Amino acid sequence: MVALAVAGPITYPAVGASLDVEHVSHAFDIDGSVLPVLDDVNFSAKPGEFVALLGPSGCGKSTLLRLVAGLEPPRSGVLREDGDPVTGPFPSRVVVFQDPTLFPWRTVWKNVALGLEAQGILKTQRQRVDDAIDLVGLSQFRNAYPHQLSGGMAQRVALARALVNDPRILILDEPLGKLDSLTRITMQAELVALWQRKGFTTLLVTHDVEEALFLANRVIVFSDRPARIKADIAVDRPYPRHRGDPRLAELRRNILGLLGLDATW
Amino acid sequence: MSTYSASKAVAIPQSVEEGAAFAGRPLSLPASFLANGAAVFASVAWIGFGLSCLWWVDLADWPRTHALAIAAFVIAGGILVATLSAPWLGRFGPALQQRAPWLLALGLFLTVWEVATAKLAWLPLPFFPPPQAIIEVYTDDLPKLLDSVFASIKLQLGGYAIGAAVGFLTGVSIGWSRGVGYWVHPVLRFIGPLPATAWLPFAFFTFPSSWSASTFLIALATGFPVTVLTWSGVASVNNAYYDVARTLGAKPWFLVLKVAIPAALPHVFVGLFMGLGSSFAVLVVAEMIGVKAGLGWYLQWAQGWAAYSNMYAALIVMSLLCSGAITLLFRTRDRLLVWQKGVVKW
Ligand SMILES: Nc1ncnc2c1ncn2[C@@H]1O[C@H](COP(=O)(O)OP(=O)(O)OP(=O)(O)O)[C@@H](O)[C@H]1O
Ligand SMILES: [Mg+2]
Repeated sequence: MVALAVAGPITYPAVGASLDVEHVSHAFDIDGSVLPVLDDVNFSAKPGEFVALLGPSGCGKSTLLRLVAGLEPPRSGVLREDGDPVTGPFPSRVVVFQDPTLFPWRTVWKNVALGLEAQGILKTQRQRVDDAIDLVGLSQFRNAYPHQLSGGMAQRVALARALVNDPRILILDEPLGKLDSLTRITMQAELVALWQRKGFTTLLVTHDVEEALFLANRVIVFSDRPARIKADIAVDRPYPRHRGDPRLAELRRNILGLLGLDATW
Repeated sequence: MSTYSASKAVAIPQSVEEGAAFAGRPLSLPASFLANGAAVFASVAWIGFGLSCLWWVDLADWPRTHALAIAAFVIAGGILVATLSAPWLGRFGPALQQRAPWLLALGLFLTVWEVATAKLAWLPLPFFPPPQAIIEVYTDDLPKLLDSVFASIKLQLGGYAIGAAVGFLTGVSIGWSRGVGYWVHPVLRFIGPLPATAWLPFAFFTFPSSWSASTFLIALATGFPVTVLTWSGVASVNNAYYDVARTLGAKPWFLVLKVAIPAALPHVFVGLFMGLGSSFAVLVVAEMIGVKAGLGWYLQWAQGWAAYSNMYAALIVMSLLCSGAITLLFRTRDRLLVWQKGVVKW
């Protein structure tokens, strides 16, 4: 994997869009009772910024991502992409879901081609599909069906399926959660390289504090459900980062403290 | 499959190990015989069938007995020759070897049948005709039988195609749209479980021709299972697929055509299969009662004239057609649903 040496202040290409989450609250109705999930969440991401979202399981991170994607409207508050309110899904904001959710009846190539096909531009842009598959290193498997892939490969196909659309905001919901630790480390490095090359704004949900610190410009820590922002921490270290960096270790201790694990760590 | 190689058999062993291996080699001859044994016995069984035709005198006048005996000998010879030349026959060799036990069983069955009917009359005669009587039907009554086959295929194809298409479209609409579901679901519930044959009297006096009435009945019998299974297939599509497609810019038509329908296709094929079964039943009944053509009608006619050989001949053709149709459907499914290989075991 190429480790791009980027020294000094990071400059973002203009690809990424800004994202504003303004006083967003959300709740679900379960059996007649209301389950509040997001409580006045308020933050924004600059164009090209990499923001990690950390929080306890079930606090509402995936829900927040669904709102950003436009799959559901929030109960209250507004989400904006480059200042325009989000009213529905749009291929400039692409999600890689917690499960790869590949279409089992499509080959790898056709899965990756899904977005371009849905937008009616596949005929003229087939090359982009090949490029995206090459990018995640699966060119040998373009005609394989999803059941013939390993879990990590399936997750990489899901990533290619998102990237082929040249998103302005890439929304990642624990995309590496189910991978073994080796694949995971490789894919983290690949993700950083990709993000630096393409310059999209990235929103990453993860359970893994180290992963958040290794990848993100900022880490937002959520409380238990209903999710409120507990802390918004800037990770002021240049890329490529080193896992042994003492500053990252210090931040890690802080964040684990915020998540209520200080006694044991 | 073992081929006995002469060059190896005459080679002089160079060492002790090789000598031992050499000593082991002759075993391959009985092994090859065992592998082909079933085919050899099958050949013998068919010779036996041919001989059984000639050995005794027929109890009645059947002009095809000699021809049948000759055919049996030809088949016996064919099996033997094909088995001996199997190594040069490519894929056909193993295919024959695999089917040899069945050929053997068939030869034995035909021999017993021949002896039990035409020769010793263990089975009462007009009701259990010998093989040569059925062969006679195929040679002497061929035009009428073929007409019936074509009439049946035409009727079945038309009704099945209409029923499958309407059922598929209805199923997709109910599964997709709540509004359509609200109106169609109760109707389906009320009318669907009724056996299509119960509509027979109604159909035959409302429709202009018995042919259109039968087409309607066959379509009805096909349509119900196809509708219900397509609907349940579309309704059970994982929402995550829609989410993925929507975030990638899919419009509703794309969600229906490229997500809902392919995901529901395995269910649709179950519906098509069930529809095929129930439409066969309706076809035969409709032909017996209304349409004066087709295999169902032929059966009815044969029974009316106590022409039992014709009846069996028609039954055999009918079962070949039905199983052929089902094989065709399965082939189509296997082709369309290759992605399911390894996901589900059929
Ligand atoms: N469609 C839904 N209907 C009802 N409740 C829901 C729905 N989706 C999520 N919830 C509830 O909202 C809460 C937050 O869910 P969410 O998936 O956002 O959690 P999460 O932070 O992503 O958790 P994890 O880290 O385990 O993935 C959960 O308690 C869940 O039960
Ligand atoms: Mg989640």
